[in-house]
Amino acid sequence: MLILDHLWIILALPLAGAAINGLLGKHWPQSRVNAVAIGSVTLAFVAVVELVREFSQLAPEQIPFVGNYFTWMLASPFRVDFALAVDQLTVVMLLTVSFVGMLIHIYSTGYMAHEGGYYRFFCYLNLFMFFMLTLVMATNLIVMFVGWEGVGLCSYLLIGFWFLKKSATDAGKKAFITTRIGDFGFTVGVLLVFATFQSIDFGTIFKSLAANPVSETTLTVICILLFTGAVGKSAQLPLYVWLPDAMEGPTPVSALIHAATMVTAGVYMVARMNPLFSRAPVAMLVVAIVGAVTAFYSATIGLVQTDIKKVLAYSTVSQLGYMFLACGVGSYATGIFHLMTHAFFKGLLFLAAGSVIHAMGGEQDMMKMGGLAKKIPATYWTMLIATLAIAGIPGFAGFFSKDEILEAAHSGPNANLILWLLGVAGAGLTSFYMFRLVFLTFFGAPRYDEHHVHVHESPKNMTIPLMILAFFSIFGGWFAAPHLVGGTDYFEHFLHPVFSAYAPQPAEQAAALAENPAAEGPALGLLHAVTGWPVIVAVLGLLVAWWLYIKNPEAPKRLAKSVHGLYALLLNKYYVDEIYAALIVRPLLWISTNVLWHGVDQGLIDGIVNGSAHIARLTGSRLRELQSGNTRSYAAWVLVGVVGFTVLLLALFVTGVH
Amino acid sequence: MSVIPVSYYLALSAVLFGLGVIAFVFKRNVITVFMSIELMLNAVNLAFVAFARAHNQLDGLVFVFFVIVVAAAEAAVGLALVIMLAQNRQSLSVERMDHLKL
Repeated sequence: MLILDHLWIILALPLAGAAINGLLGKHWPQSRVNAVAIGSVTLAFVAVVELVREFSQLAPEQIPFVGNYFTWMLASPFRVDFALAVDQLTVVMLLTVSFVGMLIHIYSTGYMAHEGGYYRFFCYLNLFMFFMLTLVMATNLIVMFVGWEGVGLCSYLLIGFWFLKKSATDAGKKAFITTRIGDFGFTVGVLLVFATFQSIDFGTIFKSLAANPVSETTLTVICILLFTGAVGKSAQLPLYVWLPDAMEGPTPVSALIHAATMVTAGVYMVARMNPLFSRAPVAMLVVAIVGAVTAFYSATIGLVQTDIKKVLAYSTVSQLGYMFLACGVGSYATGIFHLMTHAFFKGLLFLAAGSVIHAMGGEQDMMKMGGLAKKIPATYWTMLIATLAIAGIPGFAGFFSKDEILEAAHSGPNANLILWLLGVAGAGLTSFYMFRLVFLTFFGAPRYDEHHVHVHESPKNMTIPLMILAFFSIFGGWFAAPHLVGGTDYFEHFLHPVFSAYAPQPAEQAAALAENPAAEGPALGLLHAVTGWPVIVAVLGLLVAWWLYIKNPEAPKRLAKSVHGLYALLLNKYYVDEIYAALIVRPLLWISTNVLWHGVDQGLIDGIVNGSAHIARLTGSRLRELQSGNTRSYAAWVLVGVVGFTVLLLALFVTGVH
Repeated sequence: MSVIPVSYYLALSAVLFGLGVIAFVFKRNVITVFMSIELMLNAVNLAFVAFARAHNQLDGLVFVFFVIVVAAAEAAVGLALVIMLAQNRQSLSVERMDHLKL
């Protein structure tokens, strides 16, 4: 029970790595920075693996296993303990975060090798791991919020890593401020949770919720406020605008923070708070609608983007929408399942895209690539696997998770056909834009100047993480495979205690129903799944992309011309940035400049300060004339004082006050 | 023989004190100003003595002695100042005593 009794070790390792590299790394050679950064994260991963081994030996009643270290704040009845907890959900998140994080650290040693601020990059990256692990291991909302804000800080620092580039620092600020809008809702939600349950500890909240029913209105308000935080953090409509801009950061950062881990924190939070959400059907519907609409909406933007990272960014927003759709229809385990498979294949997609950019010497525009498959085969094959996975082609990880989400939306306890249709349409679009990306990048004739760009395969420390992630992009979803032939979905079975322990009664029945799928024969079930609509639209997307970008390379241009209005709308991302600028940013700037700056700051505050100084000076210049130096005038003032006091005493005497 | 009520003494004391104050403010000759101060001090002495007699206590008489001593000391210092003023300014006017500022 080495790690279980010392859960803090998992957090302390990356924190120590960040501290050592941040304080001492400036003049160190890269190899030593690498040793500290990768060493700390690898040890953290090893600790997590050991944790899982010890966890598997715990009896069910010992879960969640809580390690309470100290009381952080105590203002009775408000009490915050710095406590960490492990249950099945935490285990899944810990494994995903530490494993993908470790691979991306290794990859970064290749990708960032020629960049300045090498030690700074790894310091931030380790710090990010610390906060992300804090977030998933927290056992109350406040410690979770520490992790929540900490990853936001690291995201800001890493997006603006190349801080001499104005677009990068602007993108960092945009990410920070936009997520802060959601965090405001989250904070209010936490306060409301405390006001309702007199506690911010997960276990206490859930137990009191199960014992004493709380009014549905209160729960709905709490859930929607908490979900606001998730909308900001996980880049959903209408706060998704920061994520595409966040691609200004180095590509490993996009892979780790803006695809695999941080942006999924919102999904994790919703899943963690499932007893509350399950009792607030309206909030659930909001979650599902936002998820499905985002999934479809951002997939449409992804269709026409030409920057390889922008396509992946919109794809991430879209996939996060699927996770929320799963949570919204009450299938939290499926949402977390997709979170995990997405961490594998989207992390891989970003790293492979990074490898392509590396090979092209910094070029990100897909219109200036083409025909790279032969020149960088390792990147090509791994990226193809990830694309097959995200498109939902049977056999790959994304197929299992996305299929389960759409199945839950179609025939789960909270099924909704409109949302299912949006999801299926989004799946078709996903398949199209991903294969468009692959065909534009790796197939056809080269569209770059072959004399100037020397395409080269990336070094081993970059390609090996790609291959490992490719392995998991195929097999990472097979935990759910037996479900298709009528068996147990091991992933869902593993997470079942977390989502059933405090579930309201009807959902438990529904879960029991889900445990025993309809009495289809195994073969029929498999056939049904493989030939279901999600797979059909995915293949359709593939074929359309092939027809447009391989068979008739001139067709896309003609198509863009014939539906010019729609094309321009998508290319400009529905003008959302422009609309936000006109509706929010510019009015805010105007108010800040004219009212707050010139009015309140310069007028009121400076006015009070300068005014009081002016009054003091004026009073002084008047009073100094009393000091004439003339003895008789002094005597006269003494007389005035005496007369004044005498009158006062007489007045008091007459009115009877002694 | 009828006893003169204490209020008579107090009225006389107040009149003397008021005359002293008026003289102090309006007179220009510094020696006259000095005399008006003496007048005020002695008006107060009169009030003290009257109260001491009325209440049959010695405290008021003790105060009177202190006042007389202070008045003597003040007269000594004050007259020295008057002499210096007369030597430096060739004048005894209070108006010329205007150096009491920085």
